[in-house]
Amino acid sequence: MTGIERISDFDAQRAAHELSGWIRDSITLAFKKQGAIVGISGGIDSAVVAALCVQALGAKRVIGIALPEHDSSPESLSLARDLADRLGIRFVVENISDGLEGMGAYARRDEAVKRVFPEYRQGQKFKITLQSNPLEGSLLNVFRLTLVDENGVETSKRLKLDDYLQVVAASNMKQRLRMTMLYYHAELRNYAMVGTGNKNEHDLGFFVKYGDGGSDLMPLGHLYKTQIYRLAEVLQIPQGIVERQPTTDTYPAEVSEEEFFFRLPFATMDAVWHAMEQGISADDIAKHLDLEKEQVQRVIDDLKQKQRTTAYLRLPPLKVGQAP
Amino acid sequence: MTVKDKVRAFIVENFLFGDGADLRNEDSLLGKGIIDSMRVLTLIAFLEEEFGISVADDEVMPDNLNTVDRIVTFVDNKMHGSN
Repeated sequence: MTGIERISDFDAQRAAHELSGWIRDSITLAFKKQGAIVGISGGIDSAVVAALCVQALGAKRVIGIALPEHDSSPESLSLARDLADRLGIRFVVENISDGLEGMGAYARRDEAVKRVFPEYRQGQKFKITLQSNPLEGSLLNVFRLTLVDENGVETSKRLKLDDYLQVVAASNMKQRLRMTMLYYHAELRNYAMVGTGNKNEHDLGFFVKYGDGGSDLMPLGHLYKTQIYRLAEVLQIPQGIVERQPTTDTYPAEVSEEEFFFRLPFATMDAVWHAMEQGISADDIAKHLDLEKEQVQRVIDDLKQKQRTTAYLRLPPLKVGQAP
Repeated sequence: MTVKDKVRAFIVENFLFGDGADLRNEDSLLGKGIIDSMRVLTLIAFLEEEFGISVADDEVMPDNLNTVDRIVTFVDNKMHGSN
């Protein structure tokens, strides 16, 4: 694939410099705000955003907010706290469990889980996963609910639509309540709320509308996950965060982003996607990545399908006379 | 109604909101954006309930569900014991 920009050509040093300048201009000139609020989850995306904001505005004008709840991994909080210490930013913990309880988020979710697994007991671990991997076959994307017993044994069932919708709708309250709390802190100080979503999440619809998808600016929204790892290197993000497998940190049982939604290693998906966006044929992509053409074609089809079916998530509210 | 009539009627009513004039039986439902992962679940529930079949996880694939024609073939095979 000569003559074509490869994803490995990404100049992370230059990108970090440009992004911090863009963040500064956006917040101070465009929004006329005094600083940045960043929700830090212990994951790599929020770590990179927080570090860029510090480069852009200085540590005194950046506040990191951790928003754990019942199902959050304790590791998330300790990684977030460590990051804040290293960046020299103020760190606030807002536990949203009570808020979610008040909204009935856990009860509504558990009601649906119990319909699928009548033996489910509150507090038991479960997770939702997609069953297909485009590299391995051509199964359609359908979601499964996996229950984990006290011995770690997993039992999995395909979800019926009503059950899936209820589990997701209730779980999405978490991201929406986090957005609410982040905006509280932003508005309290006349700061901007900086989103942490990346291109993989945004373009493929792996976010909650007006939840983690809600923010004033998205400095990583155009970057592939693999590019964000390169940025993390340049920004000296702590190894514990870099090495941690990206997780949804949404369901009681730990589920990786790959298992839950993307179904491919990021390195493979990003390489195929980046090449596809430059108009390179599936045949050439396959040769370059040492994959079968059929595998690459399935990945491309999966990417396009996810983009198409989640388009509504990226639309603003429609107005009369405005085409969707 | 034949299996084909029932499958078409379900897809047109539930996914095309009655506007099925342009739907050909060989059209890719995925390619045309008529079905997504949520609608696949709805379709499976319909097929299982309407035709008394059970759709296994490894049968949820485009070969079986991506066109009206393929769905009909899949259902016929399930009903007459070929799957």
